[in-house]
Amino acid sequence: MIRIQSLAFAYRDGEFRLSIPEFETSAREKVALIGPSGAGKTTLLNLIAGIAVPDQGEVTVDGIAVSRLDDARRRDFRITRIGFVFQDFELLDYLNVLDNILHPYRITRALTLTAEVRDRAAELAGQLGIGDKLARKAGDLSQGEKQRAAICRALLPDPDLVLADEATGNLDPANKFRILDLLFDSAERHQATLLAVTHDHELLPRFDRVVDFSQFRAEDRS
Amino acid sequence: MRDSLYIAWRYVTHNRARTGTLVACVTLIGFLPLALEVLLDESERQLLSRAESTPLVVGAKGSALDLVMNTLYFDDEIPEPISLRAADEVAATGLALPIPVYARFRARSHPIVGTSLDYFAFRGLRIARGRQLALLGEAVIGAVAAERLGLEPGDHLVSSPETVFDLAGVYPLKMHVVGVLARAHSPDDLAVFVDTKTAWVIQGLGHGHQDVTTTRDPSVILARGDGKVVANAKLVQFTEITPDNIDSFHFHGGAEDYPLSAVIAVPDEVRAGTLLRGRYLEQDTPLQILRPRDVIEGLLENIFRIKQVLDAVIGVVGLATLLAIVLVFALSLRLRQREIDTIFKLGCSRGTIAQLLAAEIVIIVGLSAAICLVLLQIVDAYSGGLVRSLFL
Repeated sequence: MIRIQSLAFAYRDGEFRLSIPEFETSAREKVALIGPSGAGKTTLLNLIAGIAVPDQGEVTVDGIAVSRLDDARRRDFRITRIGFVFQDFELLDYLNVLDNILHPYRITRALTLTAEVRDRAAELAGQLGIGDKLARKAGDLSQGEKQRAAICRALLPDPDLVLADEATGNLDPANKFRILDLLFDSAERHQATLLAVTHDHELLPRFDRVVDFSQFRAEDRS
Repeated sequence: MRDSLYIAWRYVTHNRARTGTLVACVTLIGFLPLALEVLLDESERQLLSRAESTPLVVGAKGSALDLVMNTLYFDDEIPEPISLRAADEVAATGLALPIPVYARFRARSHPIVGTSLDYFAFRGLRIARGRQLALLGEAVIGAVAAERLGLEPGDHLVSSPETVFDLAGVYPLKMHVVGVLARAHSPDDLAVFVDTKTAWVIQGLGHGHQDVTTTRDPSVILARGDGKVVANAKLVQFTEITPDNIDSFHFHGGAEDYPLSAVIAVPDEVRAGTLLRGRYLEQDTPLQILRPRDVIEGLLENIFRIKQVLDAVIGVVGLATLLAIVLVFALSLRLRQREIDTIFKLGCSRGTIAQLLAAEIVIIVGLSAAICLVLLQIVDAYSGGLVRSLFL
C-alpha cells in the first residue's frame, strides 16, 4: 500500500532533516509509528499525504507516486484517497459538526456533495456517537467529541489510507481505547490501511505492526 | 462559489462583532456621499421649483439672496423694507400683477406672512378646512403649522413679540384662525397667512383702543381741546380684533408708505417681464427687481462648490477607512493562519482559499450595499421633508 524508498527531506530552514531508506506497509494493515518527539513522525505522515514533497526519493501510495504528482493532482489524491486525523483535530470553530465533516466536499471539486453524502455523514456520526451533536459548533464540543468529528471527517470520503497523528492523545484511558476501536472498526469497514502515530505503548498490542521511528535517521539541528 | 459563500457566511455570522463593525464602516463609506447627493438633488429640485414658479421679486436694494430667501421661504433674514408704493408702481405699469409680501413677524416660531388673496391663487394654495381671510385680525395657517401648533379653524394664535423687552409697547395680537390650508409640500405649509393690514397691526402701525372721546377717566386723559385728545399709556389697547372693536382699528399716516418686505410681480407674459425689469435698471432707484431663479442658481453653484470640498473630505475619510479595513483583513489573515493551514492540509488549493476570503469580502460588501440601499430608500422617501426641515 505505502512504499517509500531512499527518501530525504529537509525543511526550508534546514534545521530538520529526515532520511528513510525504505518503508513499506501492505493493504489493510494497521501500523503504529512510535518514536521520540521530534523524530519526524508527523513529517512522514505529511510526506505520505503529499502535504510535503521529498527532496529525494519517492513516496508511493497504492501504486501512485504521490511525490511526482503536480500540486493539483496531489491535492485531489489526498482529499479523495487519504483520510487524515490531525493531531489537534483541526476543526473549524465557526462551523457546526456536520459542516466540519462535510468541509472537504466544499473546498474541492474532486469530491461532490450530494444528499447521499449528507446522509452518510449523519450515519457515520451516529456510528461514532456524535449523531446528536451535528448542529453544535465545533468549539462547544468536548475533546473526545472533537476527536470523533475529526475521524468522521477523515473517513467520510471512504479513503484507502487513514493517517492518524496522535489521534488518542490527551484522552483518558477509557476514551482512548474507545477512539482506537472506532478507528479500527471504521478502517476495517472501509477496508482501509491505517497508519497511526502514537506515544501510548498501551495501545501498541492492538496494531498489526509497530514501526519504531528511531531506526530512521533524523537530525534536528535547532 | 456557492460553497465558498456558504463557508464564508458561516464565518461572518460566527464573528458577529467583527462583521458588524466592518459592515458599518463600509456602509458609511457608501452611504454618506450618496445620501448627501440625494439630499442635495432634492434641495436643488425644491429650491429651483419654488424659484422657477416665482417670476420676479421687487425689493429693497441690498442682499439679493436675503430678499429672495425671505420672499420665497420666509427666512429669518429680513431685507430692508419697501413701501406699499412699490406694489402700486408695479400695478401702474400694467405689465404685472403685484402680490405684496410682508414676512417679518413670527407666531410660536412660524412665520407670519402678510399678503393679499392673490398670493393663494398664485401659489395654488387651497383651503382644506374653514374659510379664506375676510376680516382684519384673521389668519389662515399652513397644514404643517396647524399640525404642529394643534390649531383648527375657530382657535386663536398670538403673534410673538420681536424682542423680549419691547419698550415701544407693541402688544402681541391674538389672531383668529379661520382656515387651514391643504398640504402644499412647500414653505407655505409652515406659514401663518394674514392680510397685510393685519401684519401692520402686529407692527403697531394700525391699532385699536378704547374711545378717548367718551372716556372720562382723568387718569387716562391728560388733555383735551382743539379737537385733540391726549391720553397716557393707561389707555386700553385692544390685543384682539373682535366684531365689537373692529371699528376702532385705524391706521395713521398714508397707506402707500406702509412697509412690505417684497412684492412678487407676476407678468402677463415673458415680454412684459422683460419690460418690467427694464424699469428698475436706473441707478437712483432704491428698489431692485430679481429673477429668483438666477439668485437660487448662484446659491446652488456655491453649495456645489462646498459639496465638492465635502466630497473630497469624505473621499479621504473613505480611503482611510478602506485602508483600515484592508489592515483588518490582513491582520485577520495572520490570526487565521492556522485555519488556512488546516484547509490547505485537507486538500484545498490556494486559489480556493483566496476564493473563501473573497467570498467573505463579497458578503460584507453585499450586506453593506443592501443596508446602504435601504437607508438610501428611506432618505429618498423622506428627502422632501428632510430638505424642507433641514435647509429650507
